[in-house]
Amino acid sequence: MSAAAQLVRQIRSTNLVFWRNPASAFFTFVFPLMFLVIFTTLFGNAETEIPGIEGTISTSTFYVASMATFAVISACYTNIGISIVFSREAGILKRTRGTPLPAWIYLSGRVAHATFVAFLLVVITVAFGALVYEAEIPTGATLFRFVVTMLVGAASFSALALALTAAIPNGDAAPPIVNASILPLLFLSDVFIPLGPDPAAWVDVVGKVFPVRHFTLSMQAAFLGTPFEWTDVLIVAAWGVGGLVLAARFFTWEPRR
Amino acid sequence: MTERVIEIRGLRKSYGDVEAVRGIDLHVDRGEVFALLGPNGAGKTTATEILEGYRSRTAGEVFVLGHDPAKRSTELKRRVGIVLQSTGVDPFLTVRETVELYAGYYPDPRDVDDVIDLVGLGEKRRSRVNKLSGGQHRRLDVAIALAGDPELLFLDEPTTGFDPSARRNAWEIVRNLAGIGKTVWLTTHFMDEAQYLAGRVAVITKGEIVAEGPPDSLAGRDRMQARIRFRVGADAPEPPSMGQRLGPDGVFEIDADDPARPLHELTGWSLEHGVSLDGLRVDRPTLEDVYLELTGGEEGTE
Repeated sequence: MSAAAQLVRQIRSTNLVFWRNPASAFFTFVFPLMFLVIFTTLFGNAETEIPGIEGTISTSTFYVASMATFAVISACYTNIGISIVFSREAGILKRTRGTPLPAWIYLSGRVAHATFVAFLLVVITVAFGALVYEAEIPTGATLFRFVVTMLVGAASFSALALALTAAIPNGDAAPPIVNASILPLLFLSDVFIPLGPDPAAWVDVVGKVFPVRHFTLSMQAAFLGTPFEWTDVLIVAAWGVGGLVLAARFFTWEPRR
Repeated sequence: MTERVIEIRGLRKSYGDVEAVRGIDLHVDRGEVFALLGPNGAGKTTATEILEGYRSRTAGEVFVLGHDPAKRSTELKRRVGIVLQSTGVDPFLTVRETVELYAGYYPDPRDVDDVIDLVGLGEKRRSRVNKLSGGQHRRLDVAIALAGDPELLFLDEPTTGFDPSARRNAWEIVRNLAGIGKTVWLTTHFMDEAQYLAGRVAVITKGEIVAEGPPDSLAGRDRMQARIRFRVGADAPEPPSMGQRLGPDGVFEIDADDPARPLHELTGWSLEHGVSLDGLRVDRPTLEDVYLELTGGEEGTE
C-alpha cells in the first residue's frame, strides 16, 4: 500500500474512533459555539476599538474571529495533546510502534484528522456567526489567506501539542497541563478579551513572543478587515517547526506509568 | 536443516547501576516454541523487549530473523507479531475493525475472520473492544499479533490474570500456532504453562540463564531420584526399613533411583499386614521443584 493510501486509512480509522465517542465529539463541537454565545452575550452589544482600522467594530464580529482561532487551537492543540497522551498511556502507541506502519504516517493521520475537525468547527462557527451575528464570510483573496492561515495554524499547534506530550508524565496530568499551557495565552492574546489599542506592556510582549496572538491577528484579518501580515503566519509556522524539532527529539511511544 | 530464528550472544542490559540482563546466550530455531521462564523482575521482559526492538542493549549480539532488532527495520517488523505484557487498543472499535486495522499494516495479512476464529472470538467480532472481558482482550491481542501472518511470535506473559479455563483456551491457541509452523518466543512464570507449551525452556533469574533444555529433562530432572510418599494409620505396625524418613506431617518418604523394588516391597508388606497405604504417590521432581531450586524460591524486585 502506498504511503498516501496508508495515511488515508489512518485518518479514516481516527475519524471512526472520534465519532464512536459521541460525548467527546459533541462537546468538541459545542465548546467554541458556547463560548461564542457567552462572550457575545456578555460583551455583545458594545463596540470595540481594533488597532489597524478606523472607528470601532461590533464585539460580536470580533468574537466570530476569536472563536475560529479558538476552534483551531482546541481541535489541534488541546485535543491532540490530551488524546495522544491517553493513547500512549493505554499502550496503543507502543503497539503501533511494533507494526510496520511508519511512525510519521500514524502521527500525520492523527494531525490530519484534527485539522479536519478544526476545519468543520471553523465552518460551523463562522456559519453560526453569519446567521446570528451577521458576521461577514470572507471571499476571494481574503478567503485564500484565511485558509492558508488556518492550515498553518492547525499544523503548528498540532506539532506543539506533540512536543508538549513529552513533558506530560501520565494521563491524569494531561488535561491540566495542556490547559494550563494554552488558556493564559488565550486570555492574553486578543482571543477571549479584546486587547484594544493600548494593552499593558508585558501583555504586548507575551503576544509578540508566543504564537497565539499572531494567529488570531491573521484570523481577524479575514473577518474584521484589519491588515493581514504574512509575518504573523510565518511566526506561527516558526513555532510549528520548533515544535516539530522538539517532538522529533523527545516524543515517546511508551507508557510512563 | 534447522534455521536460527533468534540468536543471542552475550546480551547485557544495564539501567544505571542495575544490570537487568547479565550476559545471556540463547537461540531459537524455526518452528520451536521456546519459553523463557523466571520470577518477576528476573529480566524476562527486558530481554524480550530487546528482541522486539523496543529497548536498546548495553552489550552483546542479537539477531532476529537475521536482523538486528535495534535498527527497527520495517522489513523485520513485517515478519514478527508481538503480544506485549500490557497494551491497549482503541476502545470504541469492534473486534473485527481492530484486527482489520492492524492487518492492513502488513503486506500479506491473514484473513481477518480466520484470525478472529482462530483465537475464539468469532461470536464477538461485532462487539466493541470495551465490552470484552480481560481474557477476551488478551485473545484480541493475540489476534492482532497474528493478523500480519508473522513467522515469529513474541508472547510476553500471555496468560497472566487468566482464570483456569481461559488459560486452557489460550494454550490451545498457542499449540495451534506451533501446529502451523510458527516460531514462538514465550515468557511466563507459570511452570505448567512452560511444560505444556514449550519444546525448550530456559530459566532466567537475576538476569542470568541458570538452566536450559526440554521441560521434561530440565536440569537433569529426568535423572533425579524418584520419591515415594505414603502414610499409614496410627495403630499400624512400623513399615520395613527401606531407608524411609518420617516427616513431621506423618508422611513417609523414600528416595530411590529405581522405585520398582521399594514399591514392590512396600505393597507386599501392605497386603501381608492388611495396612492401607494412604496417599501413596511416586514422583520425579516436578518442573516446579527444579525451578524453585534453581531460582532459590526468590521473587526478584522490579
